[in-house]
Amino acid sequence: MVTYAHQDDSVVVIIGSGAGGGTLANELCQKGIKVVLLEAGKRQSPATFINDEWAAFGQLSWTDKRTTSGSWRVAKDFPNLPAWICKTVGGTTTHWAGASLRFQEHEFHVKTLYGEMAGANLLDWPLTLKELEPYYARAEDKMGVTRTHDIPGLPGNNNFKVFYNGARKMGYGASTGHMAINSQPRAGRGSCQQYGFCFQGCKSGAKWSTLYTEIPAAEQTGKLELRTECHVARIEHDAKGRANAVVYFDKDGKSRRQKAQVVCVAGNSIETPRLLLLSASNLFPDGLANSSGQVGKNYMRHTTGSVYATFKEEVHMYRGTTMAGIIQDEAEHNPKRGFAGGYEFETLSLGLPFMAAFLNPGGWGKDFGEALDNYAHMAGLWIVGEDMPQESNRVTLHATEKDQWGLAVPNVHYDDHANDIALRQHAYKQAKALYESVGAKKVYEVPPYPSTHNLGTCRMSAKARDGVCNKWGQTHDVPNLFISDGSQYTTGAAENPTLTIVTLAIRQAEYIAKQMTARAL
Amino acid sequence: MTEQPITFDAQDFPRRSRRAFLKNSGVLLGTLWAGSSALMALAPSRSWALEMSTLDEATGRNLLSFCRRIFPHDTLDDAVYALVVKDLDAAAAKSAEVKQMLADGSAALDKAAGGAWLKLTPAAQDKIVAGLAGSPLFKKVHGTAVVSLYNNELAFAHFGYEGNAFNHGGGYLLRGFNDLKWLPDPTPAASPAPFTGA
Ligand SMILES: Cc1cc2nc3c(=O)[nH]c(=O)nc-3n(C[C@H](O)[C@H](O)[C@H](O)COP(=O)(O)OP(=O)(O)OC[C@H]3O[C@@H](n4cnc5c(N)ncnc54)[C@H](O)[C@@H]3O)c2cc1C
Ligand code: SF4
Repeated sequence: MVTYAHQDDSVVVIIGSGAGGGTLANELCQKGIKVVLLEAGKRQSPATFINDEWAAFGQLSWTDKRTTSGSWRVAKDFPNLPAWICKTVGGTTTHWAGASLRFQEHEFHVKTLYGEMAGANLLDWPLTLKELEPYYARAEDKMGVTRTHDIPGLPGNNNFKVFYNGARKMGYGASTGHMAINSQPRAGRGSCQQYGFCFQGCKSGAKWSTLYTEIPAAEQTGKLELRTECHVARIEHDAKGRANAVVYFDKDGKSRRQKAQVVCVAGNSIETPRLLLLSASNLFPDGLANSSGQVGKNYMRHTTGSVYATFKEEVHMYRGTTMAGIIQDEAEHNPKRGFAGGYEFETLSLGLPFMAAFLNPGGWGKDFGEALDNYAHMAGLWIVGEDMPQESNRVTLHATEKDQWGLAVPNVHYDDHANDIALRQHAYKQAKALYESVGAKKVYEVPPYPSTHNLGTCRMSAKARDGVCNKWGQTHDVPNLFISDGSQYTTGAAENPTLTIVTLAIRQAEYIAKQMTARAL
Repeated sequence: MTEQPITFDAQDFPRRSRRAFLKNSGVLLGTLWAGSSALMALAPSRSWALEMSTLDEATGRNLLSFCRRIFPHDTLDDAVYALVVKDLDAAAAKSAEVKQMLADGSAALDKAAGGAWLKLTPAAQDKIVAGLAGSPLFKKVHGTAVVSLYNNELAFAHFGYEGNAFNHGGGYLLRGFNDLKWLPDPTPAASPAPFTGA
């Protein structure tokens, strides 16, 4: 593997190796650009993944201290775990389920469409679906998304059968959807063996993760140096305000400084704004690239919730793909339902250990016992809908709490918007009816888990005063500093976010390469 | 492919070790219930023993019974609840404060029962438990049990969760991922046939 000197100021430094960073690294390397990829976590592989929920959580998750505030229930039940995301090579693409959906056209300009929404800080994306379409197609090809590029759909499991039959009774359509999981061997990876541990790292490598796709491909170019267990603490800049280095703690806890020509931040939407805030300086007193004051604000997590139902007969929902099943009939914007935006239903299952932890956090007693007594008879789905960006939903630096590096921990504040609550109630009601239509004995409305989708904290905007970066993810204030993950989201849309994150990374790589050739960076 | 050897305390069957018993510590003994057939398949023998390093027997028994009321599963064998006591004992061994709190909590249960907690009917115990929700004892036992009680092979067998697929014969592709028969099958357009080739 190539190594670059700490003094080499001609490299692109990327922080984070997940969906955004891992993809961007590969795309740049394929164009011959030198990349140093700094990743806080360790490198695992399908061989070291563990089919055990708590053990895998310990192996892959980001468990550095974080704090929470606000009226969301996560702040009470999981005060130090606002988000369920990863610290490992490949980032949260090791944990993710693989649902890969494009945005709908209208979701790029909801401010215009929804009009004034009290308390919401809406803004239109400086982008259109048309501009993204060719990049979506490349992302789908790269990720092997089913039902695109002539890739067949996945076979439905038992959980899907219940979901599908309920959908039909409701007049909905359902299918096994668009999943970045090989339904047949492709791109040197095997097909899904239906382990059902998609959230624990796919042991067959059928599910796309940058860990065993983008990153090895980038390594093969001879242009990538991946440094694992390197936690970036600060981004530095020169007198002119151009980013010129990053300071990080390496495996041994030693402080290092890597010079850079371009810096790209892809630490997921809590760490990315945290790093900009931690990089405040004389020139940027409120945090790097924060002249708009929007860094850390407009934190979005999708309006989510799960619904589980028990049946007389057995289901064994945990067998096979965790999330291959979707209903899109409620994804449109139809204000007649009493809220703006829409939502998807997707099949979901948890193993017994996580069901106990998440069914009703803090719950106990007879009803709780009865739900788990029926575990083998349970089917489940997840709701994912658009949530409203709000300025007060926000990642800030904690005034006193420090992490193991002595850096201020991030606090994540979140309150549901009235629109979020109305959307969730509608979805709960529809899901309950769906399961009752196929004979559910009991239906459980399960509150949102710690955030799996984290978005919006360095949003894209046409004007510098409204957001942190432009339509390429380039920060308005620091031309050679890029936001390369879901933090760029201007609004959340109803779809799971990763396909769009990957799409934006492919497009951003093209822009960076062109700008470097033109000596503009 | 191999997996990293990660083992959980709660994953073994509660059994007596050959180690000499430590002073001042207790042992919980039990016999698997006749109805616990799913567990018998996994257990080395019908009788089980939990040797505690720190807690005494009376405390262990009270905690086990208290836990049964927090997470009531009438047909779940005491042997599985004993795994929670095992983790509570381990926490007590690490912290004198926890040890004291558990011992005091157990004594408080007896006191609330007007003598012996274990002699009360489940319904009478439930009333006391409801009054204790939010107390340090409740929080500790609840927080430990919500992981320990459900994260072990005995519980998996009891509740009908098949656990580690990789270790138990691989994916469900050929082991029943779509064997549900009580509802009609989806159309091939919605759910294509699986790829089962090489
Ligand atoms: C259980 C689960 C299921 C999901 N299912 C789906 C799904 O079906 N479909 C979908 O679209 N999305 C899904 N997601 C969400 C998806 O995983 C994320 O959207 C995506 O991975 C985000 O990409 P990212 O690049 O922003 O961050 P990540 O993939 O989280 O990568 C960020 C990386 O940056 C590293 N990092 C952070 N800070 C630093 C630092 N200071 N220094 C060095 N490294 C740092 C982290 O260690 C991490 O590896 C799921 C998530 C979870 C948890
Ligand atoms: S169900 Fe398929 S995608 Fe999920 S972990 Fe198993 S093999 Fe991988």
